[in-house]
Amino acid sequence: MTDHKPDVDEHSGTETTGHTGDGIQELNTPLPRWWLFIFFATIVWAVIYMVLMPAIPALPGTGMTNTLGTRGYSDRALVAQELSALNAERSAGASALVSASLSEIENDLSLQQFALAMGESAFGDNCATCHGAGGRGAKGYPMLADDIWLWDGTLDGIETTLLHGIRHTEDPDTRQSAMPAFGRDGLLSDKEIEDLVQYVLSLSGGSKDAAAISRAAPIFAQQCAICHGATGTGNRQIGAPNLTDAEWLYGGEVRDISLTIHNARNSHMPAWQGRLDEATIKALAVYVHSLGGGEK
Amino acid sequence: MTANPITSRRASFSFSIASVCLLVGIVALGALFIAANAADPMMGAHAWIFFFLTTTGLLFTGFWAGTLKDRNPFEPAFYEDTIVKFGVAAAMFWGIAGFLVGLIIALQLTFPGVFYFPELGWTNFGRLRPLHTSAVIFAFGGNVLIATSFYVVQRTCRTRLAGGMWPWFVFWGFNLFIVIAGTGYLLGVTQSKEYAEPEWYADLWLTIVWVAYLIVFLGTLWKRKEPHIYVANWFYLSFIVTIAMLHIVNNLAVPVNLTGSKSYQLFAGVQDALTQWWYGHNAVGFFLTTGFLAIMYYFIPKRVNRPVYSYRLSIVHFWSLIFIYIWAGPHHLHYTALPQWAQTLGMVFSIMLWMPSWGGMINGVMTLSGAWDKLRTDPVVRMMIVALAFYGMSTFEGPLMSVRAVNSLSHYTEWGIAHVHSGSMGWVGFISFGALYCLTPWLWKRKALYSKALVEWHFWIATIGILFYIVAMYVAGITEGFMWRAYNEFGFLEYAFIETVKAKHIMYMIRALGGALYLTGALLMAYNLVRTALGHGEARDDEATPASLPVQSPTLQPAE
Repeated sequence: MTDHKPDVDEHSGTETTGHTGDGIQELNTPLPRWWLFIFFATIVWAVIYMVLMPAIPALPGTGMTNTLGTRGYSDRALVAQELSALNAERSAGASALVSASLSEIENDLSLQQFALAMGESAFGDNCATCHGAGGRGAKGYPMLADDIWLWDGTLDGIETTLLHGIRHTEDPDTRQSAMPAFGRDGLLSDKEIEDLVQYVLSLSGGSKDAAAISRAAPIFAQQCAICHGATGTGNRQIGAPNLTDAEWLYGGEVRDISLTIHNARNSHMPAWQGRLDEATIKALAVYVHSLGGGEK
Repeated sequence: MTANPITSRRASFSFSIASVCLLVGIVALGALFIAANAADPMMGAHAWIFFFLTTTGLLFTGFWAGTLKDRNPFEPAFYEDTIVKFGVAAAMFWGIAGFLVGLIIALQLTFPGVFYFPELGWTNFGRLRPLHTSAVIFAFGGNVLIATSFYVVQRTCRTRLAGGMWPWFVFWGFNLFIVIAGTGYLLGVTQSKEYAEPEWYADLWLTIVWVAYLIVFLGTLWKRKEPHIYVANWFYLSFIVTIAMLHIVNNLAVPVNLTGSKSYQLFAGVQDALTQWWYGHNAVGFFLTTGFLAIMYYFIPKRVNRPVYSYRLSIVHFWSLIFIYIWAGPHHLHYTALPQWAQTLGMVFSIMLWMPSWGGMINGVMTLSGAWDKLRTDPVVRMMIVALAFYGMSTFEGPLMSVRAVNSLSHYTEWGIAHVHSGSMGWVGFISFGALYCLTPWLWKRKALYSKALVEWHFWIATIGILFYIVAMYVAGITEGFMWRAYNEFGFLEYAFIETVKAKHIMYMIRALGGALYLTGALLMAYNLVRTALGHGEARDDEATPASLPVQSPTLQPAE
């Protein structure tokens, strides 16, 4: 047992406590004044804050859940208040959108500005996940900023797509069509599909394999032309894409086209009616129409 | 009764070996049973890992015990230092692993294709992220804490670790938990609680290990040969006790069945959230703060050979820190379903925490008075003092961020990431590095580190790395915080979420660069420590080591 007697540290002139742990001594320096002062100040502040704000859970039977604070501050009340203020700010513009037709909105500068702001915001929250920021699209998700439309690029057509979606099973008015899975369902052989890929590529000048193209011509006429048209220019009524424009939603490589013919794609877009209000859907239609490829 | 002294001595050390083997043997049998009846493949894999590692441990122990004859391996006249050496090595290994995974996920956030293979689920960011956090906090930090606590408690109590074999159980048991936790994250086993992801069986195992740790620590304090319990040991004890409590309460869960990996939490909804953040915040408080303050309280005065600045301050800041910290958790749930009164309490307790936290910084930094020149001459001291500077910064920033108005901007943004990394890389990392730089020459009995120049390089590379990291994340956090709340003149949100992500891209690159620098520093350190242990360079003794020098340090050193 070693218990050191209090000693005085030479450098600081402060007494040590006399304890030692592995030779380490401790000075008996008093608490720094500024430290103690700020510590007490934070405690005083804490008490004041707890008087002002909801702070202490109440005892059962008092009819309260907690002390409410003298400032009567409530997060929940404040959120409701802020939301209603925001709705009030938006509602004048929104009700104007509801009562105007889409083309009226587009031709009235102030209505159009409001619709574009509302549409851009709603697009970022709901549509950009698939269609990309600014509607730039991605493989399998159509670009909305160009002038290629699978179904309809007019204001009303875009609104219809937004309201009912594409191949959305829960909406009877959804845009509907289905390309057969030619390979998977055994409608065409692998060899026939191989030739057909060359034929499809040739429509946009992408293949020079004359033998394959001539072999596939009757197959195309028999199986594909009914939807995509005899010349392959597509049919917007049923969302059948134009095959002659060298623009490919699912990729234009041999492998991509082969997969499309083999399995079919038939992708989905949800119906937004019921999920977004009328003004938002109209604003979205105007916004998408403005992205670059809107049709009259 | 006249007992043969050799047999009775042998009986006492045999008992601790036998009791550890009995416990590990039971666990091995249980693991074998579960492996044979596993309800899901993850549980099967884990049961086999448990079985394989526990039986390996048993076999090693058996062979080793057979070579002992009458030699007491836990000779009370010597310190138990071998276990501390293992701890130093494990800390270094897990530290580098954890920093590397951190760098990978920082790169994945910047360029999502990096090290990501859709067909391999485990390379997903979601699996690697908890691997990073647990590897750095629990595997690196935990091994540093176990190693230093075992070293410090022996020295400051002038007695060998209590429990014979049990400290070894604590060390290997904890590292087995790390392996189970880490492989679990990669396999997709998680209970989805941040910093408490491992499932029920890993939690149970850790509970056993932790209780053993507590008993070993208390037992060592109990048989101390100093009248006074040194301040570092108060901090270690608060860390061990509180982590036991937090771990048990936050992991209360009901397994779906005893041979499956899935369990369900006892609490639900906001009660579960509050329990989780009571745990999460106090893991920061009692693992990453009081545990590492204990390291500071031993290694700084020891290294600079000066008395601790103020004993009175150490008492007042210790008790105020541990009393106030435990209430501050609700500040993680501002503006959520948590009732506002609870948010108020979390906030005011966080504000009151400011000065108690700073007490440790003052005590550490002021301990240098009379030895300020060491900041210039000893990069290890500089590292530990810069650690305290980061500690002071983040313990001021924490109360600031707990203020609800500030939190409404900072919460969920990269600001939080900046805050935790200035605390973890700056404070926890640097104080640990300092301790490891001190311990390695002390343990392996080298007169110096292999290369002081390499420590300088480590210090500067890592410091610049941290600054790159945190400045980038502060800028990114405040930018996205303001973008999220921006409205245009029509009352609509100005930015889509994806635009706020794009705005951070360059900051993400700078953050990854900072992480790469930090990892580089740690690699230099590992190299330096290995060469030190081997006795190369400046660590080489000028004269041949006398053969008679004891392998272990005697416990009863003459008092200074």
